[in-house]
Amino acid sequence: MSVSVREFAERGADLELVGIQKRFPGFTAIEDLDLTIPAGSFFALLGPSGCGKTTTLRLVAGLEEPTSGRILIGGRDVTGTKAHERPVNTVFQSYALFPHMSVLENVAFGLKRRRIGDALGRAHEALRLVELDHLAQRRPAQLSGGQQQRVALARAIVNRPALLLLDEPLGALDLKLRRQMQLELKTIQEEVGLTFLHVTHDQEEAMTMADTVAVMNKGAIEQMGAPAELYELPRTSFVANFLGQSNLFTGDVAGVTDAAITVDIAGARVIVPTARAQRHTGRVTIGVRPEKVTLSREAIAPSSDRNALGPGRIVDVSFSGVSTQYLVAIPEAGTVTVFAQNTGSGPVVGEGAEVWISWPVEHGFGLDDVAEPSSRFAADDDTTSIAAQRREELVTELEEG
Amino acid sequence: MAFAAFQTAEVVPQAPRKRSRIALFLLLPGLLYLVLFFITPLFSLLLTSLQAPSEFGDIGQYDYAFNWQNYVTVMTDYWPHIVRSFGYALAATVFALLFSYPLAYFIGVKARRWPMLQGLMLVLVIAPFFISFLLRTLAWKQLLSDESFVITSLKALSLMAPDAHFTGTPFAVIFGLTYNFIPFMTLPLYTTLERLDLRYLEAGSDLYANPFTVFRKVTIPLSMPGIVAGTLLTFIPAAGDYVNASRDFLGGPDTQMMGNVIEANFLVLLNYPAAAALSIILMAAILVLVGVYVKRSGTEDLL
Repeated sequence: MSVSVREFAERGADLELVGIQKRFPGFTAIEDLDLTIPAGSFFALLGPSGCGKTTTLRLVAGLEEPTSGRILIGGRDVTGTKAHERPVNTVFQSYALFPHMSVLENVAFGLKRRRIGDALGRAHEALRLVELDHLAQRRPAQLSGGQQQRVALARAIVNRPALLLLDEPLGALDLKLRRQMQLELKTIQEEVGLTFLHVTHDQEEAMTMADTVAVMNKGAIEQMGAPAELYELPRTSFVANFLGQSNLFTGDVAGVTDAAITVDIAGARVIVPTARAQRHTGRVTIGVRPEKVTLSREAIAPSSDRNALGPGRIVDVSFSGVSTQYLVAIPEAGTVTVFAQNTGSGPVVGEGAEVWISWPVEHGFGLDDVAEPSSRFAADDDTTSIAAQRREELVTELEEG
Repeated sequence: MAFAAFQTAEVVPQAPRKRSRIALFLLLPGLLYLVLFFITPLFSLLLTSLQAPSEFGDIGQYDYAFNWQNYVTVMTDYWPHIVRSFGYALAATVFALLFSYPLAYFIGVKARRWPMLQGLMLVLVIAPFFISFLLRTLAWKQLLSDESFVITSLKALSLMAPDAHFTGTPFAVIFGLTYNFIPFMTLPLYTTLERLDLRYLEAGSDLYANPFTVFRKVTIPLSMPGIVAGTLLTFIPAAGDYVNASRDFLGGPDTQMMGNVIEANFLVLLNYPAAAALSIILMAAILVLVGVYVKRSGTEDLL
């Protein structure tokens, strides 16, 4: 066993993945992944199930071997080392607390293996940190899901690993507990200064917790950046739709200047700042976030700083407290989603009303790929089929969770 | 800290379940069966063990009495057999465990990806049951007799002394017991290992435990129910076995176990009280040993 595992990490370590490929019999989980996570950062790998994010985590933990490529932790090549030799700890999705040991024994397990002095004292300390010291003698089966999650967290952080891996650790928690745990993880990260690699399919979790989010799809990273950057300026249709919702339109570029490109969408001219567009010629997909779009009951003339489309018809209204979501069917342009804050200002319109939509030019974005036509909802979709689609999405989400 | 908001909710004690007459009624056939075929014979056995020879009767005629000296007599007469029984049974259990654990681990864990192989190997484990236990033991006697190919070859290669035997030795009896009870060890081990959640093993290696430590600290404790069930299912029948140790099978005059002396007392010497006393001793000793063992291994819930 190398020296580094015997000692506590002074601080977080860089993680570097170089040309990682992982093939399983019959499919490729990861193809050519390059990734650098700087020490001390909170990094989230976000993606749908089957995108290779958990495989990436397992490769870093040493639970799987890459088909090719190298893994470096703190500059040291650990590709050939076994899981127990890596200065890495994992909070497993299922927690994987040893059922035959008490909570305290679970937390002290790693310390004892490394022969670090006063294992039980340190374990108690870690349990105090997650406020579970009074349950130290219980068995994991006697704890609630949230408590087990905290024990799993204590069991990992007590080892002061250079790198902490979190595999959907909040998946089994209810909303309120999730929020608390998110906050707690963030606090621990700031206090202890570890490097966190967090894998999740929950975009909200990734965005609230991580400094850097990498969106993964089909074994490759689609886009990487700060949460706000990813949200405001998605580069691919996958990112635009996976991270929040987007209204996407596809059309041909009609004009390019240094400042803006003009795209022909169903006969209307839509302007996108050149700096915010990935492609400047040919057929392109552009988009705008639903909360950036404003509804109005009168026709709006497009201007150099405001795009407008219409008229369209409201096909669905759903009220969710802080905001109302409208679905507007615009002939040839597709169905547009609009979020309106319930501030009392702005029109309150019902189903069937004729409306125009508009948004500030600086909020538009141009994608690198051409979206499948009407990737979200077809124009002739009625509420029932939309509801059915929503339901399916929820079911898949539940199954994944 | 934020966690204070989530103190454990108090567990509300549940009201005791109402007694159901139907449940008692459904228990009746089972209870009746136990009384007729277990309690009654056991009581009869106890009475027999305390009988004294009839004053004017023939050999094999006894009267009811409270002749507890029967126990002292059989203990003094047969203590080597008693010790031998438990010694052989213990050795056979240890060998069966050492042989079965890797086998069950392979079938239950390593072969999970190939259900066909799993099924095939399980069939192979059970296959010997399709042939009578006595026939199999006799076959081993043939295979390992002094004139057999195996023994003559070993002697020709000077791996065995020219005048040595295999059958009739303690080793042969332990071998027979191990062989005959291996399925009883393998199957419970397999059922536990088959359900072993490999994520615990991964968690172990993630927490700096090398493969050997993971095995010792995680795999073994998690498969303890299978180990306890398997060793009990092997040890109990092996301690009372009288086939393997019998002179007609793999044993000899010096390998007689309790089962053999009980048989001899019942069927040859017609000393029923001695046989009954020995049976009671065997049963009591097994109960005590099993009780201590289960208590020590922390798997009381199995009983």
